[in-house]
Amino acid sequence: MLIVSGLYKTFNAGTVNQKEALKNLSLHVEKGDFVTVIGGNGAGKSTLLNCIAGVYPPDQGCIIIDGTNVTRLPEHKRAPVMGRVFQDPMMGTASDMGIEENLALAYRRGQRRGLKWGITSRERELYRTLLKTLDLGLEDRLSTKVGLLSGGQRQALTLLMAVLKKPKLLLLDEHTAALDPKTAEKVLVLTDHLVKEYDLTTLMVTHNMRDAIRHGNRLIMMHDGRIILDIKGEEKKKLTVEALINRFGRASGEDFAFDRALLS
Amino acid sequence: MVQILSGAVSLGLLWAVMTIGVYITYRILNIADLTVEGSITMGASIAAITMLNGTDPYVSLFLALLGGMAAGLATGLLITRFKIPPLLSGILTMIALYSINLRIMGTSNLSLLKKKDFSEMNTVYTPFESLGLDRNEAAIVVGLLVVATLVAILYWFFGTEIGCAIRATGNNPNMVRAQGINTDTTVILGLVLSNGLVAISGGLIAQSQRFADIQMGTGSIVIGLASVIIGEVLFGKNGFLRRLISLALGAVTYRVIIALVLKMGMPANDLKLFTAITVAAALALPVFKEYLITLKKSARAGE
Ligand SMILES: Nc1ncnc2c1ncn2[C@@H]1O[C@H](COP(=O)(O)OP(=O)(O)O)[C@@H](O)[C@H]1O
Ligand SMILES: [Mg+2]
Repeated sequence: MLIVSGLYKTFNAGTVNQKEALKNLSLHVEKGDFVTVIGGNGAGKSTLLNCIAGVYPPDQGCIIIDGTNVTRLPEHKRAPVMGRVFQDPMMGTASDMGIEENLALAYRRGQRRGLKWGITSRERELYRTLLKTLDLGLEDRLSTKVGLLSGGQRQALTLLMAVLKKPKLLLLDEHTAALDPKTAEKVLVLTDHLVKEYDLTTLMVTHNMRDAIRHGNRLIMMHDGRIILDIKGEEKKKLTVEALINRFGRASGEDFAFDRALLS
Repeated sequence: MVQILSGAVSLGLLWAVMTIGVYITYRILNIADLTVEGSITMGASIAAITMLNGTDPYVSLFLALLGGMAAGLATGLLITRFKIPPLLSGILTMIALYSINLRIMGTSNLSLLKKKDFSEMNTVYTPFESLGLDRNEAAIVVGLLVVATLVAILYWFFGTEIGCAIRATGNNPNMVRAQGINTDTTVILGLVLSNGLVAISGGLIAQSQRFADIQMGTGSIVIGLASVIIGEVLFGKNGFLRRLISLALGAVTYRVIIALVLKMGMPANDLKLFTAITVAAALALPVFKEYLITLKKSARAGE
């Protein structure tokens, strides 16, 4: 479903701030895979997702989604096959617009937009039904401005918007990092549920090892712009935090001073 | 006094069209677009020169609209294609328009007088004047018709798929791109629409005053902003229809305030200073409020 090969990305090339964020990174993701991505701060996780989404072009390498080479396509042309949720709850929605208006924007992803009404009454029914499944009471607040929602509510809504058109790829970049632990857990449960229900191929970046182990069927660990661990199948199912830390130490050749925060 | 007020109301309604244009960029797209200073003059210039060459007054307004849209397109391309910051892009187009407008008119001001006998030319106001209305009344009728039509059209437009995409762009361009929308296109569309309206306003003003002047755009952005803010403060921001109507009311209120302070003896040369201070104060309002709140809190903590 997703083939990333030989990806390089350097920021601020030729300046003192030069940073090689991705170094010859390759990754194949099968249809239906749910890959959790873990790694320290600055490992290049967000850069990888942003390159896949087309926020900026890679310096080298190519990205193929479901047989289509998208490497040179601008962000908005790739969006139809992608759903995204970001770390910042503000990032995924238009805060001055209503819940239904946000959903309607997402509902038209991949369609030509014209002078038809931006939202129809039939859609409203659909949104109400879908929002009910979130169990946050949002189904009765369709016209409420999204800016008035809590972070958790916004992330749940963004998640719903991301999956609404059954994308080929779901990209989640630490989408629970800004939430309190209880809300984060709720959003993760919802994520699992939606990924199953819509049968989505997913890349989920998380800063939490336990979440990375508990969710998905495959785990990759990034370090310094590379993938240093790739654990799948039975091995992934049996994985523990301790084993992961040990393997990180061996794979990176670095002493494990690596963010203890990851364990929290 | 009645004469002064009806003059202020008529001028306010003609400037309301411009205010709606400023609202589209400043509030919807979240861009302070200085192009308007040039495009309002451009609208006046195009209307004046085409009418002097025998064009129908309505057609001249349409040509003004096209000119304004082209100006908006220029700024839009500077922002999106060449990645020049919006404020600077607007300034560049504005400066360029100064020369362009001089070329359009061939001189720095034009009077709308017939070549033969120097009598006044027919304008879009003439049909209403021939019904027995005076100049201001005719301008009020035309202004109301135009503003009502525009409010209806824009209310519809910003509810369509494209309109929603433009509104979301000013709110969160990242999200809009993630929904498969080209934000370059939506930014350009908004600027084209805005400057088109501003140019119509310029054309209407020129026809009403029976002249066009190269200086008429100077400071117009601040007048537009003042009108937007007065409208919001006095008539609220709830609901899009209400906001659109509040823009017209804001523009009229601004003119009435100006007429009153002039009547009270403020020298006309101080007008722009007065307007600038008013807008600065209105924009600083949130900061003042916050300051007051913290002041209150600390006062309470000190008790
Ligand atoms: N837009 C950018 N401009 C400059 N440097 C960047 C940019 N984005 C990321 N970086 C740098 O690239 C490296 C990888 O960043 P990122 O992919 O955000 O890491 P992660 O998401 O794994 O924490 C970091 O050193 C970061 O500072
Ligand atoms: Mg990151």
